[in-house]
Amino acid sequence: MSGPHDRQSIEITRRQVLEAGTIVTMSGMLPVAAEAQTSSSQLPPENGSTVQVSFQINGQPSTLEIDARASLLDMLRERLGLVGAKKGCDHGQCGACTVHIDGRRVASCLTVAAKVDGRKVTTIEGIGSADALHPMQQAFIDHDALQCGYCTPGQIMAAIACVKEGHASTPEDIREYMSGNICRCGAYVGIVASIEQAAPQIERG
Amino acid sequence: MRSLSYVRARTVREATQAFATAGEGARYIAGGTTLYDLMKLGVEHPAHLIDIASLDGADRIDTGGDVLFFGAGALMADVAEDDVVRHDYPILAESLSKAASQQLRNMATVGGNILQRTRCPYFRNGAIGAYPCNKREPGSGCAAIGGLDRSQAVLGISDTCTAVSPGDWPVALTAMDATIEIQGPAGPRSVPIAEFYRLPGGTPHLEFSIEGGEIVTGISVPKTEAGKNSTYLKVRDRESYAFALASAAVALAMDGDRVRRAHIALGGVATRPWRAHEAETLLNGQTIDREIALAAGRSAFADASAGEHNAFKIELGARTLADAIMTAGRKTQ
Repeated sequence: MSGPHDRQSIEITRRQVLEAGTIVTMSGMLPVAAEAQTSSSQLPPENGSTVQVSFQINGQPSTLEIDARASLLDMLRERLGLVGAKKGCDHGQCGACTVHIDGRRVASCLTVAAKVDGRKVTTIEGIGSADALHPMQQAFIDHDALQCGYCTPGQIMAAIACVKEGHASTPEDIREYMSGNICRCGAYVGIVASIEQAAPQIERG
Repeated sequence: MRSLSYVRARTVREATQAFATAGEGARYIAGGTTLYDLMKLGVEHPAHLIDIASLDGADRIDTGGDVLFFGAGALMADVAEDDVVRHDYPILAESLSKAASQQLRNMATVGGNILQRTRCPYFRNGAIGAYPCNKREPGSGCAAIGGLDRSQAVLGISDTCTAVSPGDWPVALTAMDATIEIQGPAGPRSVPIAEFYRLPGGTPHLEFSIEGGEIVTGISVPKTEAGKNSTYLKVRDRESYAFALASAAVALAMDGDRVRRAHIALGGVATRPWRAHEAETLLNGQTIDREIALAAGRSAFADASAGEHNAFKIELGARTLADAIMTAGRKTQ
């Protein structure tokens, strides 16, 4: 029998968490190349039934053999090294993982990766460059529309789609149609201002 | 999450055959916003996923015929933005645009949405498994009864389950007398939405009148002038992107300034999309004012029964319905 009280037996203290964190940090400083090489030669990248997907990622064709259970978010981050999209809740509730499929915004954490076969995926890495920022990226800088920045890639991808859908004509509309993106730092005022600034430029472009 | 196979079907026939071949553990997946979420939570454990999101023609939206027809694969966002739906049936458009977030509405289908499973926190507690749930594990008990029951239903409950039916779109469809189109190995059939959702009774794990291997292929809604005088009001803990504490779908067919026929259904308060027949009867033949609207609201909750933390839903639900009736009434003028 298991009950809610059983969880107390695995309860850990704040001190234990901090100590464990130190160990993880220290092991992260060790040279890992040899270890990584060993593991990659012994283990396939996926350990369940696999499926092949061919898709476009930020304009480039890509074909991967992936675990059929994988989410689009995990495939982007773990297989393609595109770590812009973030894992916040992993349940479609926070918006940090927002990317575009065929130009429409989706929660990549709730998208079964196998579904993108034959489709075009765009991530935050695919919308601009350090030399030529996307107008929405520039607007977020201009309006200081972030603090920690964790939600920002998802906010920007959602914001671009919000404008293209035609849902950015009033602050009320922006707030409603950006409600799927949570900002724990509370930079919402700046986010709404950024979208208002970038919207006409994106609509012209 | 257990290892699984994944195939994408192109036709209903291909899908039902793949389902039969896959055997035990086969599940259809469309947008996946409920199923994949519940797989991550350890509530659902499919061994084979058959993707029916791209079945040929499944995303058809046809508002030009005798009925409104929505292919089951049409995206929630697309139906919410359809011009006819927005202008002539705000009850339907609002129920969709007030559900989830735009990201999820771009993934979730209108067919999958009617099969959405409850948000009861004890049901969703699958991976940890610390709490019993008769819906998740038949016969294990219900931790919500006598537990943290603020979000639980006050209508249609049984002594084995008080989980709320979570959808908005199914509530609007219930008010509008929709028909669910289903295809399976035995051929096509149509089910009135009133018969599609089951009360929990002693078998809360049986939620929908659909058999294994069958696919929801479309939804038909009869055209009615009541569509224009309609609204979907949703009251939540926050203004957007939250499930309903109480919601009301109201459409009014009028004779002059009197209601000829009221269509009313409730969400957020019941174990299934809840048709409020008493409130409809009370409104029929009447002119709309604040007093009659609140009386109708109260009548819908005459048989309600609350637990420890959710009694507020009875008053909130009555007033939500009263407000929705007033809003629909203003559209008739």
